[in-house]
Amino acid sequence: MLKYFEPNKIFSITSKAPKYVLFLFIILFSIGLTESLFLSPEDYKQSHSVRIMYVHVPAAWISIGIFTTLTVLSIVGFIFKIRNFFLITKSLAPSGFVFCVIALVTGSIWGKPTWGTWWAWDARITSMLILSLFYLMYLLAWRIYEKSDNVLKITTSITILGIINVPIIKYSVDWWNTLHQQASINILSKSTIHESMLFPLIIMTAAFALFSLLIFLMKYNTELIKIKNKGLDRL
Amino acid sequence: MYGHKVKLRFLFIFVALTILALTTFLILKSLEENVIYFQSPSDIKTLNNVKKEKIRIGGMVKESSIEIRNNEVNFIITDLNNELNVSYSGVIPNLFSEGKGVVAEGYLKDKNFFVATKILAKHDENYMPPEVKEALQEK
Repeated sequence: MLKYFEPNKIFSITSKAPKYVLFLFIILFSIGLTESLFLSPEDYKQSHSVRIMYVHVPAAWISIGIFTTLTVLSIVGFIFKIRNFFLITKSLAPSGFVFCVIALVTGSIWGKPTWGTWWAWDARITSMLILSLFYLMYLLAWRIYEKSDNVLKITTSITILGIINVPIIKYSVDWWNTLHQQASINILSKSTIHESMLFPLIIMTAAFALFSLLIFLMKYNTELIKIKNKGLDRL
Repeated sequence: MYGHKVKLRFLFIFVALTILALTTFLILKSLEENVIYFQSPSDIKTLNNVKKEKIRIGGMVKESSIEIRNNEVNFIITDLNNELNVSYSGVIPNLFSEGKGVVAEGYLKDKNFFVATKILAKHDENYMPPEVKEALQEK
């Protein structure tokens, strides 16, 4: 039942979706940018350089979230042999990689005025760099083994290797001494970020999520068109 | 309900993840000394002998301990249990101030004295507008 899906049916929905997603993205992104660049207050310690956070933190969250999604979809797809899940992972991975690089670059720009260094080999930063390398390997695997039957096994293995790194990124600041500070936003205990700064952060995260969704839909549609062109009505 | 193959594939993934998680845990556990970015003044106190290698010390700059003489800055790093005197000459990051986190990179002269070649400011997880900070301090 899950095994087969009809590209035509899905395509009729996903081909219309991008314009609505784009519309929502533009609205949220403009609210997020005005909030984070002009309306939100400066920090008592870092003053205006805190504004880099509104790009840095959402980008990091989204890239980690996408990698987790890739892993779950790949594993479920691998166990139950659902080919559609691999079309989804293939289309989702590039935006995750882009956000990972954005998080590293903005982190570096933020580090110079606050810490006094562009780069530090502390656990958080290094594990984030490793995540970007896993993304790179994942994307390259799709390119290299596109035509091979083993492509699904290879990409699934890469996500399994990479997922071990995800909890390390999250808890590195608690397990070891790092230059990077501890988490400010906690689900179980009180967050140590003021509401006026939390609001733009959430808006920007939603905007970045919509942007990933937009890129995903465009890539996914291309994949579906490729399948249709091959003259297959199901996978 | 599911086929034999599906169960085998599930088991395969499960075992693979377990092996990887355990291996990573063991590797990181044994490398702990290298994974940490800095040591605390208490770690220095428990050292048996002072090594000549470059190390990083992290902690809080003790209140009213910063002394500026000519081009040299002297201050005390504390982790609230132990203290370490640091001397440094060079560029100081903007966020470096008393009562805030700091990481100093350099060499140990002895167990109480550290010569830094680089100072990094560490900031904490608190973010708030200046007005809120003032209101908090008044309390």
